[in-house]
Parts: sequence; structure tokens; C-alpha cells
Amino acid sequence: MSDQNNINREEEIKKLEKISVEKVKERWRFVIFYRFMFLFVTLGGWEVLGRTGIIDPFFFSMPSSIAYQLYIWIIKGTSQGPLWLQVLVTLEETVLGFLIGAVMGIICGIALGRNKMLADIFSIYIKIANAIPRIVLGSIFIIALGLGMASKVALAVVMVFFVVFGNAFQGVREADTNLIANARVLGASDRQVTFKVVLPSALSWILASLHISFGFALVGAVVGEFLGSKQGIGLLIATAQGAFNAAGVFAAMIVLAVVALIADYLITRLENRLLKWRPNV
Amino acid sequence: MNSNFLIELENVDRRFTSPEGKIIQVLDNFSMTVKPGEFCAVVGPTGCGKSTTLSLISGLAKANAGKVLIEGKEFEGIDSRVGYVFQTDAVFPWKNVLDNVAVGPLFRGVDKKEAIEKSLDWIKRVGLQGFEHHYPHQLSGGMRKRVALAQTFINSPDILLMDEPFSSLDVQTKLLMQQELLQLWSKHKAAVVFVTHDIEEATILADKVYVLSKRPTKVKKIYNVDIERPRIVTETRYTKKFIEISKSIWNDLSEEVNI
Repeated sequence: MSDQNNINREEEIKKLEKISVEKVKERWRFVIFYRFMFLFVTLGGWEVLGRTGIIDPFFFSMPSSIAYQLYIWIIKGTSQGPLWLQVLVTLEETVLGFLIGAVMGIICGIALGRNKMLADIFSIYIKIANAIPRIVLGSIFIIALGLGMASKVALAVVMVFFVVFGNAFQGVREADTNLIANARVLGASDRQVTFKVVLPSALSWILASLHISFGFALVGAVVGEFLGSKQGIGLLIATAQGAFNAAGVFAAMIVLAVVALIADYLITRLENRLLKWRPNV
Repeated sequence: MNSNFLIELENVDRRFTSPEGKIIQVLDNFSMTVKPGEFCAVVGPTGCGKSTTLSLISGLAKANAGKVLIEGKEFEGIDSRVGYVFQTDAVFPWKNVLDNVAVGPLFRGVDKKEAIEKSLDWIKRVGLQGFEHHYPHQLSGGMRKRVALAQTFINSPDILLMDEPFSSLDVQTKLLMQQELLQLWSKHKAAVVFVTHDIEEATILADKVYVLSKRPTKVKKIYNVDIERPRIVTETRYTKKFIEISKSIWNDLSEEVNI
């Protein structure tokens, strides 16, 4: 009798589970549908407003013109050469600047985080440097380093460095003193404490900063190109602006967004790999 | 100098300086001795500097006056004969159990293969086999404490310092861990300094209980707990002797914690 009851009970729970699984799927379909709806309404609205002349497509362009511009760039290339070359140039500047800035930021962050005296002396200047709109340095770099790649990389480095530095510093300062004491008693040298305890502790802070700072590096590279260059997406934007080609500016923006999204995806992958010990949130 | 003692604190002062430069005297002319293989417990009111004694013995902190001796000698830095189990979780969250336990020998330059072998052995001894590749966040509080114990014991310390190691555990787990500690200790016979605020825990584990006064801290009284070993944590706590000793320690302590 009780066996029969148990079986009935199990079946009942299975049924309930089926219903709840169905509900979860239903909700997901709803979300996806409205996501597309939103996109459709926004782009469609823009197109309609443009075509009916309520907003002036000369200044604000239209999704169809932007798509056409992208199509032209991809098929026929831009005025300054093929699109992929422009992307490559900007990407190279961004990645170089990002890597140099991040490595410098991590090294300086750890050095200052581990040394209270250095931190007390320099922290005020770092705050000041961080408050300065560093993008303005782009002009200096163009003057000093010329129109080539170096000035863009330098600007990207400056953009990235302070973000990563700040986070690495904070991460090191927040490393659990208990963990450090434990490592020391277990026999770790100062070097081992830094690399085996402090660095891994600060890693989640550092990786978080990499997300934001890749975007900063991209901004640095593009603004650098904008200020003066021979190649790159920034120049593409500057040229489009000069020709009153609003569609061109938007199209370049989309290219940049795609680059940024891909980079963000890759950094997330890296993060999940390096932080696999973290509880899932 | 009496070299029968493994650990000696002689008239030790320890002061803390606040960021504004103010001085807080924690230990004042403080003396304490521990023989090899002796289990000492230290109880005292909150904030009295119980943990400070451990920092001094481990070398993590230095005395401002007086002497801290191990085997009759002063020492520099952190002594390799010392093991330290901390109050809060101090296992490395980014290492799995196996790597966490192996970390001590690896820091000390033992060959990787040998360290892993030793680690596997200790994981077995603390009853965590099957969890070698789990990360700390996947373990319960009691299991993490076992990892901490294995991590410390793997270095075969002659001196074992424990700072309220079981205070965050629930009562059942706590009793279990106390029993396990006694078993590990009986095989290894390190000198233990066990800081706790739990009088019953002190009495059940220790040979000698130091009762400390409030700040600036001195030793108020020393109790010898002559309850025979091996002790069964869940049974010995109901014997007459145990209750007597706990009671008189509590009487001493209550004068210090009266508010």
C-alpha cells in the first residue's frame, strides 16, 4: 500500500517538474521574442522617421544607409584601403596598448600594494593622474611620437594603465592577511607570498579591470587615430565626419562594437578559466 | 636558563601602535612556558591578547621587550618548527584540497612528487579521501578545518599553535574535531598552545590551562588538568573532575569579564 503511495507520489512530482521546466522555457521564449521586438521597433522606427523626413537622414542617417555603407566597405573597401586592414591596424594598436598597460599596471599595483611606504608616498599622485582627462595626452603623443602606431599605442597604454593599476593595487591591499600569515608559517618566502598568495588573491580584481580597460584601450587607439593618422577606424570616422557622411560614422561605430564584443567574450573565457575555483554565482 | 622548556615567554611586553601613533599595551610583563609535547590551553576575556601570544611564538610578531625562546634560544623570522591553525579559514580558495595540503612542503622546497604523495597520505588521515580535487568553497566548514589541520600537520611541527580553530563550527562538528585533534596529537606529540574562549574546550583538551587577565594582560592563574588520557570528548566532559576544573576556571574568568 505504502509502496503504491510512494509511486504515485513520485509520478506526481515528475508531473510537477515537467510543468515547471515548461514554464522556464516559456519565460525564455518570451524574453527572446521581446528582445527582437525591441530591436525591430527601434531600427524600424528610425528607418521610418528618416524616410518620412521627420528626422533628417543627412545628419542622423538610417539603418538601411548604414547597412549599405558597411556593405560597400566590405565589398569594395574604404577610401583608405580594405576594411579588414583598418580593423587590423586599430586592433593591433589596441591590443599592444592593452597588453603593455595591463602588465605595467599589474606590476606597479602589486609593488605599491605590497609596500606601505611606497603606497603612502605615491597614492596621492596616482589619484591626481587618474583625475586628469588622460585622453588629452593624445595630442602630446601625436606631437612627440608622430602619426604612426606609437602614438596610438601610447595613448591606449595610458588609458589602460591606471584602471588596471588601481584594481591590482586594491586587490593586493585586500588580500586576506590570514592567508598571508598562513603561507608564511607554512614556509613561504616573501617572493612566494607575492606570487603564490597575493597575486592569486588579487586576480579577480585584476580580471575585472581587464574587462573595462580593453574598452578604454580601444577608445585610446581610436581617438589617437582621430587626432592624426594614416590608417585605422579612427581615421575612417574622421574622414566620414569631414565628408558629412553620418552613415559612415555609424558604420564605423558598429565595427568597433563588434571588435569590443569579441574581445569581451575572450576575456570572459580567460576569466572563467583562471577563476574556476570560484563558487558559481 | 631552564632548557627543559620548548617554548618560553620571559617578561614579554607587546604594544600596538595605532595609525595615529597611540600605544595600546597588550601584553604586560607576560611569562609562560610550554614543555615538549605538552598541551597548553590559553583562555581569557575577549581582546586580552590571547592570539598575540601565538603571533609572538610563531615569529609573525616581535616582542617589544622581554624574550621569546624556542629550545632556549631566540630566533629570527618565522621558525620552521612551528605550525599554526588560524581562527578563520586560511586555506587557499584557489587551490583544491590536494594542492592546499601540499603547499607547506612545496614552500619548503620539497620535490613536487613527494609533496603530492605526502599530501595524499594526510588527506587520508584527516578523512578527506575522495575530496582531493574539490575546492574549499565546495566543502563544509568542518571539512575545511580538516584541510587546515592536514596543511599544518604535514610539516610535522614540534610546536602547534591553534587560534580558536573550532570556534566557527557547530557544536557536533566541534566535538568531533576536538576528538580528532586529540588523536592526531597523541600520535605526533607536538607541544600545543591552544587559544580558545571556550572553557570546556580548554579543559577537555589541555594538560595545562593558562587563565589570562584583561588588558594589559598578565597570567592570572595556571591550572593543571590531571584528567588521564586518552580522553573521550563526549564522555570525559561529564566526569566530576572535569566539571570541577571547568567551574573553577570559570570563576576565575568571570571576575575578568564582568561588565
